[in-house]
Amino acid sequence: MDDHSRDQQQNRPAQPGRRDALKKSAALAGAVAAAQLGFPALVRAQADSVKFAHLTPRTGFLGQLGEYGFKAASLAVDEVNAAGGLLGRKVELIAEDSVNPQTAVTKAQKLIERDKVVAIIGEINSASALAIGEQVARYKTTPFFNTGANSDALRGKNCNRLMFHIEGGNTMYTKTIGTWQKAENKIKGARWYMLTADYAFGHDLFRVSTKFLKENGGELLHNDMVPTNTQDYSAYILKIRQAKPDLVYINLAGVDQTTFLKQYKEYNLPYPLAGGVMDTIPFWGAGIDSISGHWQSLWYHGLDVPAAQAFTRRFSDKFGFPPDNQAWGDYVGVKIMSQSIAETKTTDAAKIVEYLERGASFDILKARKGSFRAWDHSLLQEMYVVKVKDKARMKDKWDIFDIVRPVPGANESLELIQPTKEENACTMA
Amino acid sequence: MFAIVIEQVLNGLLVGSYYIVLSLGLSLIFSLGGVVNLAHGAFYALGAYLAYEVERRLGFAGAIVLSPMGVALVGVLIERWFLRRLYHEDPMLSLLFTFGLAMTAEQSLRLIWGTTGLPFAIPAALTGQLLLGDFIYSYYRLTVLAVTATTIFGCWALLHRTAFGMIVRAGTRDPEMVRAMGISLRPALTAVFALGVALAGLAGVMSAPLAGIQPAMGTEILTAAFVVVVIGGLGSFWGVVYAGLLVGVVRGITVVFYPPAAEASMYILMALILLVRPRGLMGEKFEKFE
Repeated sequence: MDDHSRDQQQNRPAQPGRRDALKKSAALAGAVAAAQLGFPALVRAQADSVKFAHLTPRTGFLGQLGEYGFKAASLAVDEVNAAGGLLGRKVELIAEDSVNPQTAVTKAQKLIERDKVVAIIGEINSASALAIGEQVARYKTTPFFNTGANSDALRGKNCNRLMFHIEGGNTMYTKTIGTWQKAENKIKGARWYMLTADYAFGHDLFRVSTKFLKENGGELLHNDMVPTNTQDYSAYILKIRQAKPDLVYINLAGVDQTTFLKQYKEYNLPYPLAGGVMDTIPFWGAGIDSISGHWQSLWYHGLDVPAAQAFTRRFSDKFGFPPDNQAWGDYVGVKIMSQSIAETKTTDAAKIVEYLERGASFDILKARKGSFRAWDHSLLQEMYVVKVKDKARMKDKWDIFDIVRPVPGANESLELIQPTKEENACTMA
Repeated sequence: MFAIVIEQVLNGLLVGSYYIVLSLGLSLIFSLGGVVNLAHGAFYALGAYLAYEVERRLGFAGAIVLSPMGVALVGVLIERWFLRRLYHEDPMLSLLFTFGLAMTAEQSLRLIWGTTGLPFAIPAALTGQLLLGDFIYSYYRLTVLAVTATTIFGCWALLHRTAFGMIVRAGTRDPEMVRAMGISLRPALTAVFALGVALAGLAGVMSAPLAGIQPAMGTEILTAAFVVVVIGGLGSFWGVVYAGLLVGVVRGITVVFYPPAAEASMYILMALILLVRPRGLMGEKFEKFE
């Protein structure tokens, strides 16, 4: 999931010429500013606890994803405490709403300096993740586990030794679906029509997906850069219909993605659909009647792995609905940091980073264990190709996918979907 | 190329019709009460959420009738309890009130129905496409067009062919004179507010199958509604209708030639029209707003 960095609504007084227009816009601006400040979570720190920070957007456009992440992180902390805590101390979760990159910086500084947290876990917005990454690199006292920001640059030119990526990067998402398409012979000689979200995230995704397409003998028929928050896609769908592509590939995220999916289904065009990223929550939001195609998933609660099923059960019992891929990321983030502290018997950042870089392996609720790649801190892990389920076989409204296969396959290297050094060079200071 | 443009123009008219319903309500409320209803988007969202509840029990036909009525009822209560006190105060107060109402409403939707979007499928009877030569229309959108046309005509008839409409139009031009003639504007103000938000609710119901339901949907659509009203000209009924269609068509053509500007096209259009006609396409001079 990535950001649609949108400003709070820009309400326009309907009569620009009125004499109190100035007064109005001043008041509006004030109200908007106040709304963006957000409220800190008032959690009183105990002196003798190990403090983890959860810093992620909890309000605004990404708020619903962040809320799942927060629930999962607090579940993980409860479990760690139930098992006796860490280093003989209780673990405490200090949760903050990161709101936007500017606020994320302030809150990261506060968490590191004042609360003295041992790790920061969270984030979804790539720009905010970059800002937090810069802060942890400066202080060098607190590792940051990125659980939701997709930008390749975070793992590439903006990488640093204190930042670790549990979320998959854009290249990983692209190669996951691409590897499957290649195996199914859907790329060579195929003409693709793309729709791309017109901001940094979409452009990044467009770059990696066209690269993959062309390297494997496909052709980009046309690409439309689509403004974010588009409500009506009929005009684009008419263009697609005229172009008659072999496949429609969308580099859109969040609400834009589901709005398009719904309306694409409305017109019932015969061209199959795939896309550069997939988050479960917007797909749940769209409903099974409105979605179609094959997609890539970082983690899905239908995964037939005992640890994944157990996590899904615990989460569902506590909150009444299953976890999504964002919940998975924040849960695994807390668990990875906890295991690191338990194994190294310290909360010292340098020792933890060293432990992680040595290739420590973690149960990440998938068939294969995960470990961080030393040179760019990307989590080596399997992802999944999923297919929208036949409605007749749905068990409940959350049950929307069948898992087609893991990528890489069981006997393939986990490096298969990762960017190579040439594709996404990272030099850590 | 020509065929593509024609197709987009026709499609744009369809898209525009949907803007009209939303903006008409905004325009009515502003014209009579002088209230810049920043909560219009919230009523739009409420319409969609109520439709979600009604549709599960009574189907889509029930939703499209009952949901706007439910929104109107909420509108009546809000007008009676709060807005009524603000008509004669500084317009700043009603603006702030509706702004606060919009934020409260959005958070309330989150609390009641959850932060995740709700699924809402196109009703089974209206799925499918009509192929006319090389052109394609979805039955659902054609239904929206029919509902919109009926609504526009109904509103026009209400305002121009009934005694109530005469009071509203007179009140829009010169409220003091209406009062001087012994007619109380209070019931008309309540009714117009209810009608305005019901139109927003109706737009919300119609959009749910196309764009889904989520708490922020109201704030997202609000700006577009204001733009249509400003382009059309404040207080002008047909201005809103033409502006809605124009915005839809201009947007469709922009998608053909330069999609990155598709959403910006309506603002550019607004700027150009205001340069040529500062009161909008069909805006008239209103004593009370000058």
